[in-house]
Amino acid sequence: MKKLSNFILTIILGVILSLFLPWWAVMLAAFLSGAIVRLRNVAAFFVPFGAIALLWIVNAWMLSSANDYTLASKIAVLLPLEGNVVLLILVTGVIGGLAAGIAGLFGNQCRAIMAKED
Amino acid sequence: MKIFKFVLSLILAIGIFYALNTKFGQIPPLGKFLSPNQGVWQNEITEGEEKAYEINGLSAPVQIHYDDHLIPHIFAQNNTDLYRAQGYVTAQNRLWQLEFQTHASAGRLSEIVGNAALEYDRGQRRKGMVYGAERALENMKKDSEMLGYLEAYRDGINSYIESLSPANYPVEYKLLDYKPEPWTMKKTALLLMYMTDMLAGRDSDLEFTNFVNKYGKERFDFLFPDFFDVNDPIIPKERDWSSWEVSVPEVPASEYMLDSIQKVMEKPHPDNGSNNWAVGPEKSYSGNPILANDPHLQLNLPSIWYVMQLATPEKNTFGATLPGALGIVIGFNNHISWGVTNATRDVKDWFKVKFKDENKDEYWHDDQWKSTTKRVEEIGIRGEATYYDTVVYTHHGPVSYDDTFKGNEEKMGYAMQWTGHLGGNNQRTLIELNAAKNYDEYKEALVHFLAPAQNFIFSSREGDIALWIQGRFPNKWEGQGKFLLDGSNPEHDWQGWIPQEHNAHIKNPERGFVSSANQHPVDESYPYYVFNDGYEMYRNRVINNFFRSKNKFTIQDFKDLHSNNYNLKAAELLPHMLEVMPKEELSKEELAYLEEAGKWNFYNEIDSKGASIWEAWWTRLNRMVWDEVRDSQEAIDAPFVYQTIYLLKNYPDDPFMDIASTPEVETANDLFLASFKEAVKDLNTWKSGLGDYQWGDVKATYAGHLLQALPAFSRFNIPIGGNSGIVNATSKNHGASWRMIVEMSDPPKAFGVYPGGQSGNPGSKFYDDLVDIWAAGEYLELNFMQSAEDQTGVSFTQTLNPKQ
Repeated sequence: MKKLSNFILTIILGVILSLFLPWWAVMLAAFLSGAIVRLRNVAAFFVPFGAIALLWIVNAWMLSSANDYTLASKIAVLLPLEGNVVLLILVTGVIGGLAAGIAGLFGNQCRAIMAKED
Repeated sequence: MKIFKFVLSLILAIGIFYALNTKFGQIPPLGKFLSPNQGVWQNEITEGEEKAYEINGLSAPVQIHYDDHLIPHIFAQNNTDLYRAQGYVTAQNRLWQLEFQTHASAGRLSEIVGNAALEYDRGQRRKGMVYGAERALENMKKDSEMLGYLEAYRDGINSYIESLSPANYPVEYKLLDYKPEPWTMKKTALLLMYMTDMLAGRDSDLEFTNFVNKYGKERFDFLFPDFFDVNDPIIPKERDWSSWEVSVPEVPASEYMLDSIQKVMEKPHPDNGSNNWAVGPEKSYSGNPILANDPHLQLNLPSIWYVMQLATPEKNTFGATLPGALGIVIGFNNHISWGVTNATRDVKDWFKVKFKDENKDEYWHDDQWKSTTKRVEEIGIRGEATYYDTVVYTHHGPVSYDDTFKGNEEKMGYAMQWTGHLGGNNQRTLIELNAAKNYDEYKEALVHFLAPAQNFIFSSREGDIALWIQGRFPNKWEGQGKFLLDGSNPEHDWQGWIPQEHNAHIKNPERGFVSSANQHPVDESYPYYVFNDGYEMYRNRVINNFFRSKNKFTIQDFKDLHSNNYNLKAAELLPHMLEVMPKEELSKEELAYLEEAGKWNFYNEIDSKGASIWEAWWTRLNRMVWDEVRDSQEAIDAPFVYQTIYLLKNYPDDPFMDIASTPEVETANDLFLASFKEAVKDLNTWKSGLGDYQWGDVKATYAGHLLQALPAFSRFNIPIGGNSGIVNATSKNHGASWRMIVEMSDPPKAFGVYPGGQSGNPGSKFYDDLVDIWAAGEYLELNFMQSAEDQTGVSFTQTLNPKQ
């Protein structure tokens, strides 16, 4: 249950904060939801990872499919992913997920430190 | 334990933030770069939104109709609003290029890419690019009308930049991780300098001096003649100059300088050139003059040209603009049309300067020590400390080469004198041409244009055609500036200018057409000294012969000529080579290639195999003839192609025919055989790589992104024929950068195309949509709207409103 709450909260915060903050809005989102909804063990990393990866994948796919992947297919040559757009979208998800997972972990640990003092 | 975990996760969080927010070498900051809310996904967009913007300083609303190839048709109420809107719209579509080109001009690339560009940046500073731009800006500022337009253009660009958040920056900023800076009027001057350098920055004085040192003056004069045995000049030979009162300076008695430096800066590409031509009423199918122009420049994405219509109630102009400059550069209005080709005149000379001591505070001139001035050039380098380069100036201009830059001795330097430093008011010429209504207004407009000298072709509704070779030219004594000059001798200084009204020109010539293709401007009868600085010898003759071949010409004839792939150079040499080839010394395979070459019709078409054989053969042959020159460690030029072919046919035993590395003494005929055998190896390599060896595949024309042809943003293997020296001058990375044909009917009928697209955004469908149209030899029919209310062909409209 907690996992689901954290997952949903991370996405909601991620969407809202991304409206007016730079790319690291998703790190802040994961950090906050990690501090609000505590998770145990590996879940503390993988839940926010999954949430933001999903958010970025869906978002990137929506933006790109509306324009027939014109730029994505070029960036997939640049990076270099042999022009594979699906791979580029997945890499995007992993990058966002990685940043969010670690931020979530950190949020979790902040909460833990606080809890000790309670 | 909790503390440990906390600290560890904190470090990890900081670490991942840093890693994804920082550029490492070529790798962009991946978090920023790939995030959907800020990164490249935001650039995944094709223009097409109906929208109104509010911008500062407008006096009335401006309407911008975009057509289906994203050409903006701008309708403003006055000139100031018009140029403000031009700045805004140009920035909207080409912001990164707009800024990058002026950074390149100013020698500021190290700020963006780091010290890899330092040598380039120093070269730009030492050529006096910023110095020249500053002088041009001073001049333009004295012209209060121009100043107002420059300010409006600047503010228009800046209104757009201010409206951006990092998410909307063009993708190149995200890739290189930097941001746009405000536009300044100086940047417009820098863009004009960029063009001046591209077109009038080539000279061979030092290379020629080295040639004379090595092989003597007699050999030089034979191999680099001022006039070739044939000449079909821009101004027809019939032109009579005898009514002019002319004074040309005396040749001084002094000696030539017989030493020079070994290494020189990189030169603008020799394939920078152009064609233009126009027929008058009697040679036109309709009785209206028809004019065409195709400037040959490096093929880049975004393209150097941006096409626009610029209209106010007083004027209505259409054509190609240069992002960064105001108005239309090559185009037409309801009354006239005009175009340019490069005049390729020698307007840059080098003077050897002797300094008193290593401080370089004084130099020897006119039997006395005179003071130098110094400019300290600050070159910012990304991630490193600023580099300071002191450039010394004499009365000639900047001492480009000294002991700190490619020079060899502490107390010696090489100063450049260049018309590019004069600081003309080119912007006024363009603005006046945009509004010109007849020959007299065209002629008046040209007066302000000093450099790069251009062959301005003209036609009007009234039925006039004309061509002025306009620029400011030093009035030289015979031989002046061909070689390194003596910077201490006042007689070697430039003595004055050719009066503007004596610039070579022609109006309504008897032959019924005017044309230019970078060939010799005049014949021997022109009273001023003009030397052969590498004039083109092939395109001009094909063009002129075409216009002499019949009485009436149509627009289709003009289109065909743009795409004409006839290789006159090959036609003048290949039959001779085939005739003298010793066939008995060829293998069966080589014979087959030779036979294929014999069947060739001299057209460099895409699917031609003969063209590939010729090009491979000629390239090998030319290299073998000038092996002595090409293998030289010092800066030295091989003689011109035309003279090389003349030599091969008429002087087969010339000492240069010998291949220095072999014990035998070769003749031209030996070289034909040896180079053919080498060419066959090249052809076989192509054949095994490409499956076949058709010319289009072998040539593999490409349009490279401005960032060193970054493959992801470039177009490769563009299917098109031609080559340099052919009217369709498309070589591997050079060619017709804009093709325009205008018939001066009422209203004018015009066609245009260029190898690129109107959008500078690689994520837009308009980024390269014109490339294939261009390659196929097709055109857009330019929609010359006669009023803002006319909605024909409008795809969407944007409005710029005054900000309240």
